[in-house]
Amino acid sequence: MNQFDIYLSGVGGQGIGLLSELIARAIDHSGQRVIGADTHGLAQRGGMVASHIRMGQTVHSALVGKNRADLCVSLERHEALRAMNDYLKDGATLVYYDAVWQPLDVRMGTTKQIENVLISDEASRRGITAIRVFEEGLQEARMQNIVVSAVICKNSFIPGVNQKHFLSAMDDLMRGEMLVDNQRLFRSIVEKEQK
Amino acid sequence: MKRMGDFLLSQDPVSEIVIGNTAVVRAMIETGVRVVTSYPGSPTPEIAGAIGAINLDKRPFYFEFSVNEKVATEVAFGASVNGHLSCVFFKSVGLNVAADTFVQLGLMELIGGMVIILGDDPGANSSQNEQDNRHFSRLSYIPLLEPATPTEVYQMFKEAVLISREKKMPVILRMSTHVCHAKEKISFQAMQLQKSSDEPLFSPENGPYIPLTSKALNMKRKALQKWAFVKELSNESVFNVEERFQPKKGFSTDKVSINIDTQKTRKRGVITAGVPYLSLKDVLEEVTDKPDILKLGFVNPLPADKIIRFLKGHQEVKVLEELDDFLEQEIKRLAFEQEIPVRIIGKTDIEDWIGEYTPDKVREVMAKTWKDFPQPAAEDQERPKIDPRPPQMCPGCGHRSAFYAIKKALDENDITVADIGCHTLGALEPYNIGQVLLCMGHSNGTAAGLSLFNKKRRVVSFLGDSTFFHAGIPGIINAIYNNHNHTLIIMENGTTAMTGHQEHPATGKNFNEITQKIPLRQVLEGLGVKDIQEVDTYSQKKLTEAVKKAMNKEGFNVLIAKHPCMLKFTRDQRRAGKNIPNPVQIGEKCNRTYECISEFACPTFQITPDGTVWVQEDLCIGDRSCMQTCPVQAIEPTMKKGGDL
Repeated sequence: MNQFDIYLSGVGGQGIGLLSELIARAIDHSGQRVIGADTHGLAQRGGMVASHIRMGQTVHSALVGKNRADLCVSLERHEALRAMNDYLKDGATLVYYDAVWQPLDVRMGTTKQIENVLISDEASRRGITAIRVFEEGLQEARMQNIVVSAVICKNSFIPGVNQKHFLSAMDDLMRGEMLVDNQRLFRSIVEKEQK
Repeated sequence: MKRMGDFLLSQDPVSEIVIGNTAVVRAMIETGVRVVTSYPGSPTPEIAGAIGAINLDKRPFYFEFSVNEKVATEVAFGASVNGHLSCVFFKSVGLNVAADTFVQLGLMELIGGMVIILGDDPGANSSQNEQDNRHFSRLSYIPLLEPATPTEVYQMFKEAVLISREKKMPVILRMSTHVCHAKEKISFQAMQLQKSSDEPLFSPENGPYIPLTSKALNMKRKALQKWAFVKELSNESVFNVEERFQPKKGFSTDKVSINIDTQKTRKRGVITAGVPYLSLKDVLEEVTDKPDILKLGFVNPLPADKIIRFLKGHQEVKVLEELDDFLEQEIKRLAFEQEIPVRIIGKTDIEDWIGEYTPDKVREVMAKTWKDFPQPAAEDQERPKIDPRPPQMCPGCGHRSAFYAIKKALDENDITVADIGCHTLGALEPYNIGQVLLCMGHSNGTAAGLSLFNKKRRVVSFLGDSTFFHAGIPGIINAIYNNHNHTLIIMENGTTAMTGHQEHPATGKNFNEITQKIPLRQVLEGLGVKDIQEVDTYSQKKLTEAVKKAMNKEGFNVLIAKHPCMLKFTRDQRRAGKNIPNPVQIGEKCNRTYECISEFACPTFQITPDGTVWVQEDLCIGDRSCMQTCPVQAIEPTMKKGGDL
């Protein structure tokens, strides 16, 4: 594989940074070269945040180009559409957690909330595989990123990266109860998807 | 992964995926840095995060967040002239604050060595401008190295230390946003932690250090002599690399293969540095007839010999640099002096001066340069539109409660002067408080100017608590001293929130230990402010009344609008294993006035397509500051089990 570009997005506070670190480390555990960059600073305060992950031998900049991502991952519905609009290649894959954190304009009534059907229609127009993820009764909103990573893993959306690599990455990043809870959730999602 | 604090100290070679801001800390430790100082500012605060990951008793150097960048630079300078290798880091515009001190450094004999890390911010991702700090290097005769990747950060910091110690001169390491925050796997070398001497080596004999008129010009002469030495070093540096393209072999940096004679026939070259170099390499993956590249690590002084050779060897040379035409000016000068018949293509229009040189941007710039490069594709007009999502105050933020209440006390005609901090977000909808902003601590000077000859419109300035100590105090003293006529509202949240909750002088803690608290109110009283009110921002009615009272008075007065940063509070609660309170709920009384949405605008309150208000429980922290905003008391606490405020 020459290169594979992943663009991740969400709203500040959703845990995009951890998801990005998890994926980057899983890729590293698979023995492939990985580089990337995250958003830090003011934008984290409730604004759009993005992370870039690039794998392969022919990537140089840490930033993914517009309309060039092979995979977009988003933790929020509006940001999923934005990511697909701005970064995803035609024919590529979008995985998004269907949380809705309405932007100010939607709350103020000056623009309409993005509905899932708009995302799926736009995805079919562009030949994109769009996967909506939602887990009923999740113990903590901050675990949504783990659910998404499990879906990515199960569907082998990242070339050469499997469950073992993801679990090792979690071992790297988490400790104690957090590690146990997240690995349990991850496994349960992967197994559930298999049925 | 080993814990960050462990691998940073590992004496064995170690590989880790890290960001540039972490890599530089390992380089500090390997080179034996003794003193590091800073003031928090994006994109650099994660350097302090990495330092903080090393337990205080194991940390091989002293670190402090100073009160501002100028003081931080002075502390590092003082340590260096006493024989200790030192380092100061701060954001791009932090250099403006430090400038008075900084421009003197080149004149001084820094016997311990000193590296200045500049976090420049092309694209103004989290700064009030995207100023090009390479100019400061030229202004002050201080060499500047520019890494492109975290690995180069690690290597070039060590190079900077070598130069600095050898010539007893300061050296700048310029790390732009996506060098600070880029991550990759770095192979760190083995290291030997050296025992450093605590001996104070300061002596005027090492200087002179007093730049009186009689001495200042000689000190400048010495600085220029050092500069001449670094110019030679730049010519020889391995960080200035020529990459020559051969169709079947790709790029080669082999010195033997790059020789002047065989270059005569070559057509195109690009001179570039830093992040734009990486973006160029991405673009070149799609170009068949690739140009040669001269990649610079020494941005000032430039490697004149290498550049001359490169110019002579090519018919056309593109200078690819983000922000200003800093390299272009110098390269054109060299070509003119040497009478080299080469076409140099620099910046071609205003857009070339603006924004970060991401791969997308470089694709545009190169498409304008050479027609066989990929040209912009037609935009897909059918994509659904979506509005941007700017940052906003967090759920429960005391500033939201404050702005909601303050707005009720203001007239449309009042002039509101913002300052830097999370409270700058008050300028956005629906609060619209804060109409003018220059930089850290400007608000009271600007407000004073706005109040002159002004009998019709009241003026109110804002200031955060960390900014108060950083650069806010002189403006306050000036307002008292010169009898200015405006109200200052200090938005006190007990932390330096925007950059990641660093302590400040009023919190009673510094980076390393518990320390003496310097309460804002006492400082204000000490300065002679006669009229001070203090209100918790969750007491909205009281705050509205207090603002009305303050603004109707003649002269300068201060209102401290305080509430702890709730993001920090909830994080601390969670870390301590405590529950945060239950979210609120919308009760049956809701009559769709939408005050909670259109005026208070906590992101927790969302709206269904049929107009029903609902509470996004992932966001609500149960702070209940919203409850008083509802005219029909429809916002209710939920009775589920949870923590309490």
